[in-house]
Amino acid sequence: MPYIDKMKGPHALSGKEFTYCPGCHHGIIHRLVAEVIDELGIEGQTMMVAPVGCSVFAYEFFNVDGTVAAHGRAPAVATGIKRAMPDKVVFTYQGDGDLAAIGTAEIIHAANRGEKLTSIFVNNAIYGMTGGQMAPTTLVGMKTTTSPYGRKIENEGQPIHVAEVIKELRGVAYLERTKVDTPQDVIKTKAAIKKAFMAQINGLGFGMVEILSTCPTNWGLSPVESLKWLEENMVPEFPLGVFVDKVGDAK
Amino acid sequence: MAEKVMAKGTEAIAEAAVRAGCRLYFGYPITPQSELTEYMARRMPEKDINGVFLQAESEVAAVNMIYGAGCTGHRVMTSTSSPGFSLMQEGMSYIAGAELPSVFVNVVRGGPGLGDIQPGQCDYFQATKGGGHGDYRLVVYGPESLQEAVELTFKSFDIADKYRTPVLILADGLLGQMMEPVEFPEFNDPKSFADHSGWAMRGTDMKRKPNLVSSFNIDPNGLEEMNHRYQEKYRKIVENEQMFEEYMTEDADYIIVAYGTMGRIAKSVAKEAREKGIKTGVFRPITLWPFPYEPLAKLADKSKMFFAVEMSAGQMVEDVRLAVNGKKPVEFYGRTGGIVPTPNEILSKFMELI
Repeated sequence: MPYIDKMKGPHALSGKEFTYCPGCHHGIIHRLVAEVIDELGIEGQTMMVAPVGCSVFAYEFFNVDGTVAAHGRAPAVATGIKRAMPDKVVFTYQGDGDLAAIGTAEIIHAANRGEKLTSIFVNNAIYGMTGGQMAPTTLVGMKTTTSPYGRKIENEGQPIHVAEVIKELRGVAYLERTKVDTPQDVIKTKAAIKKAFMAQINGLGFGMVEILSTCPTNWGLSPVESLKWLEENMVPEFPLGVFVDKVGDAK
Repeated sequence: MAEKVMAKGTEAIAEAAVRAGCRLYFGYPITPQSELTEYMARRMPEKDINGVFLQAESEVAAVNMIYGAGCTGHRVMTSTSSPGFSLMQEGMSYIAGAELPSVFVNVVRGGPGLGDIQPGQCDYFQATKGGGHGDYRLVVYGPESLQEAVELTFKSFDIADKYRTPVLILADGLLGQMMEPVEFPEFNDPKSFADHSGWAMRGTDMKRKPNLVSSFNIDPNGLEEMNHRYQEKYRKIVENEQMFEEYMTEDADYIIVAYGTMGRIAKSVAKEAREKGIKTGVFRPITLWPFPYEPLAKLADKSKMFFAVEMSAGQMVEDVRLAVNGKKPVEFYGRTGGIVPTPNEILSKFMELI
């Protein structure tokens, strides 16, 4: 394939310029989702639900019908869309504040019902859009604007492990935690996203990928330092791996 | 119209919705309207209906499922009672902002807080003045009988479609729980429904640009433009959709103003007052928003006094005062706590006032 074509954005991206900060992983993850949509040939049938958070504009970046939900409610909104149009492909794109704090009830029940949905869950251990407040996934000792002395176990408890909670729900058909800080991880994440969509397309149930991500702006680190910080701090706290796979290897 | 059947209020509303073409119902159980949810649970999966019933994990989830299904432009409904309706307010605001056709039923009970499960009209402010954040309105119908509840529910789906707006049936626990004979309308033909394919989320099929549905606009000028569009729509609704009933008002010196269950009771009171030789009529708003201010204002020119009666501490009476605009005295009598005042009780209060 000529280099110029290789570098072209996937068709499932709208071409609108991303609004994300330098070094933020949303851009990579958006592209991976779009590449998967392209490869599965589902663009015309796909609808997305954006969250409240940094990716609140996500529905403008994809070439698919989309909406933005109230904070945390994307899985309920996606459920409404999917139940109305069960032949379509519906995915939510959510951050850790949206999915793991205010939207805990919605994600758990959508997963438990085995809704034929896909959730792309971006975990960067902080609230980005509101300016660096503590998230449910913020690490112990990590300083944020609302945990200025560091997160304390006795005050805020420990970071919530979403994948480990969701894996217990029997409606889940695919669940993996990945990261996108190295090319190898990017490839792995794309494969995971594809499977999370296949779980829905094959009618197996709920599919989700939790993707560990950076937030250089609110972590107060450079993009390169952020990658190192993610490896040294987030990966030990949030172990990578496949938690549920009912999709299998066949395409 | 078919033959009359005996029906319970909540179930009559549910059947009317099904006949109107609603095939998507999301709800959460709450007294005194759980029978509506249960009816939909039985009815939607039936072969000839082939609809969707889903019990949500909360009213918060239910209203957001309505939002999602509403994004596809298909006929969708939920029902709840007061505390549940409070939980739905966030979603209502988003639905109004995203202009999604949808029908809500609030079978109002005594409040505030957990209150009780007896009939109330204490959610009038929340229903008509905007219970959630932002400048938005719901079309609000206040039926007085099961027959009217059936007809208004049926109509609600058309109004929701026509204006791309949420519509609310504001019933009360009495209407929800009582039984009386009703005639159901024939089933709507789905082919007659408004075409929402121009804006709704149904997948692009690679044939058009994506349809984006939201209440979101980060540009203040853009958001104000959206607000202008909402207000223009509300202006049209005010102009075209007001409904009210005047009962023996032609020669009336005194006008009782009441809606819903209380409107029906007010008619008994007016009849009894007339038997005593007091020329009394009833003005019954049927649309609570848009409130029929002008027709009520006209009565202020010829009547001596207005008497608002509600199952609340006094909410609709504020709209009555706005309409009457100081021209004539506006008196009020209300019961709270889920108590339905009797005609005699209202009559004796009325006799004290005149």
